[in-house]
Amino acid sequence: MSKLSEKDILHVANLAKLTLSGEEIKKYQRQLSEVVGYVDELNEVETEGVEPTSQTTGLMDVLREDEIKKEDCLSSEEALSGTDRTSNNYFVTTPLLGERGEK
Amino acid sequence: MRDLPSTIEETQKLLLEKKLTVVELVDAYLANISKLNPELNAVLTVAQEEAYQSAKRTDSLISQLGEKIKGDYPLFGAVAAYKDLFLTKGIRTTAGSKVLESYAPAYSATVVKKLENAGVISLAKTNCDAWAHGASGENSDYGPTKNPVNKAYVPGGSSSGSAVAVAAKMSLFATGTDTGGSIRQPANFTGTVGLKPTYGAVSRYGIVAMASSLDSVGHITNSVGDSRKIFAVTEGEDGKDATVASAVFKKPNAKLRIGIPKEYFIAGIDSEVSDAVKAAAKVFEKEGIELTEVSLPHTKYAISVYYIIQPAEVSSNLGRYDGVRFGNGRESFGAEAKRRIMLGTYVLSAGYYDAYYLKAMKVRSKIIEDFENAFAKVDAIIAPVSPTPAFKLGEKADDPLQMYLADILTVPADLAGIPGLAVPSGLNKKGLPLGFQLMGPRFSENTLFALGELYEEKTK
Repeated sequence: MSKLSEKDILHVANLAKLTLSGEEIKKYQRQLSEVVGYVDELNEVETEGVEPTSQTTGLMDVLREDEIKKEDCLSSEEALSGTDRTSNNYFVTTPLLGERGEK
Repeated sequence: MRDLPSTIEETQKLLLEKKLTVVELVDAYLANISKLNPELNAVLTVAQEEAYQSAKRTDSLISQLGEKIKGDYPLFGAVAAYKDLFLTKGIRTTAGSKVLESYAPAYSATVVKKLENAGVISLAKTNCDAWAHGASGENSDYGPTKNPVNKAYVPGGSSSGSAVAVAAKMSLFATGTDTGGSIRQPANFTGTVGLKPTYGAVSRYGIVAMASSLDSVGHITNSVGDSRKIFAVTEGEDGKDATVASAVFKKPNAKLRIGIPKEYFIAGIDSEVSDAVKAAAKVFEKEGIELTEVSLPHTKYAISVYYIIQPAEVSSNLGRYDGVRFGNGRESFGAEAKRRIMLGTYVLSAGYYDAYYLKAMKVRSKIIEDFENAFAKVDAIIAPVSPTPAFKLGEKADDPLQMYLADILTVPADLAGIPGLAVPSGLNKKGLPLGFQLMGPRFSENTLFALGELYEEKTK
């Protein structure tokens, strides 16, 4: 039996904002199940009382003065240079929230 | 065309003796790109105009300053190609993905700026597995890169184009990123030298992020000496990457000990690969370096830890690509990027976080502990880079799990944040490159360079 169901795949794709074709759903269900099945081997390792490692530098709260450095600033023209869809020096995007009653 | 010099030292000597100009060097590298790239597909973008401009500037600096140019411009005249993950102001940067097909950044990565300020000539952007996801170069949305040693074989990945650019003399050196082996493995497959620095030694600012707790920024060269020279320029704080601390790089100990980890010589490792590593170890032993067997018992779990932590961080980093501020929308992601985003989103999703991500972070601590125990006894570890030499194009392309397992010997260093140096050591019976990697404690790059240089000198 597959570790991940088709429903799992659709749920994950939705969370990740990916649109999958029917064929991709089947392919990823198989491939992801295989990988997730493999990594289950970690259950063999005794980790009682072991601290998790999220990063390896040992550094904490690296701070600097909050000052404006001109050479590190982008002009609005530069900041907008990656897209053609701009309006009055703003990015144009699709609405996240619809009118009341709209889906 | 004359033979191109293969090191920074040779290049600079020819330039100072006026036997060569920087403009002629750029001519020659461009000629190699025109000739070889249609088949090898190592280079995605050439910055010809910019390269000639800085070549002319450098030529006039050489005339003005002579020998003194080395002071302010230690890398003067060295021609570089950058993995297409490194932002280059005004020059297209794709990350090997169609999402960034026409993206021209508004600023350059710290490493690019530091190199240019040191006299480097930026010539080209190199092909790579899209978003650095891959161990073969075959995941690029711009087509696979081929190994110049034998075009039926992959050059390794993800810094595929960078390794090939150096091996095929399309540039003197090239930058790369190593998240799970992406510098060391392509260097190993192409017979070049690859440095994965200590995590936090080199700024990641302006480099497309893959997995933020693992990404390490290094380079591929023809010699260990060049690797050292380039690292001296790229390392250090820039105020823009909080993981970069002003590190103290230790001097190598007078008497060095090298550990041989038994878990890196297990079934499944090609016998020519392990024999080559043992032969290299003998070279060190002959020079009075003590060899000791060490044990890294959690090595076998490194792949599982890596293929939880890395996709989790990938899914988070690739969340920003929505096509609003730059690039195309999420429908432009290729198959491998989607696979990793899905896998990462799954292991981080409600109900699975503890079972996968938290568990992986704990086993990561065990892997780090293994290295700490080993480095209490030895100064460096010698090991194979990849279980096999370069494999054939298409051989693993349809089986992601098999492809992931190819990373088994490189991911431990990334998980532990320690440096690794891949050094070539000749060819196997089929004529494919062999080599080894040296790993050391955090910030022990000088020890790795010293050992690498010793090996090169004794096997010249």
